[in-house]
Amino acid sequence: MLANQLAVESALITSEMVEVIEFPHLANKYEVMGVPRTVIDETIHIEGAVPELMLMAEFAKLLPG
Amino acid sequence: MPLLNNHIRKEVASTLADLPNPVTFKVFTQAFECQYCKETRELVQEVAALSDKLTAEVYDFQKDSQVAESYGIDKVPAIAIIGAKDYGIRIYGIPSGYEFGTLIEDIRLVSEGDSGLSPETRATVAKLTRPVRIQVFITPT
Repeated sequence: MLANQLAVESALITSEMVEVIEFPHLANKYEVMGVPRTVIDETIHIEGAVPELMLMAEFAKLLPG
Repeated sequence: MPLLNNHIRKEVASTLADLPNPVTFKVFTQAFECQYCKETRELVQEVAALSDKLTAEVYDFQKDSQVAESYGIDKVPAIAIIGAKDYGIRIYGIPSGYEFGTLIEDIRLVSEGDSGLSPETRATVAKLTRPVRIQVFITPT
């Protein structure tokens, strides 16, 4: 849900929810062992439900400068 | 046989009774070889029938490949949830169980067009200078 809120907030952010049982190749590719697993830009991986503050700490890595 | 029972239909209709703005679901299915395409399409159509602010449009992933491409759809079943504009919200796979609740929350979010995020988060996000793709992997529960 937080990812979707971010997508609404920024035209630069897209949010995809993927049901892994139906797409096992993606579960494999992104090494999904438990859910939810959040993957940002292929590089940042977060296990479990993500609070807003924690996600923003990760997001800071994506900002310029 | 509908996927949603009367009780759930009433509850969802009441939750969505005061949606401020129209929301369109673009559902992408495929004639063959898609495990939950039919159920996903039926589920979205049943939800769309619960409010006059909701519309479901169904596309075939192969025949309508240009539409799929324009929405960045690369697998099916897929749902693009579109409000006053395309906010980039997609669901791949059937939103059942807990995720059905997320679907209903998404409808309100997109209809209102306001993220509801904290001022700090909004400020951080505003600094982005390039596209960011968030994928959240879930299972049906």
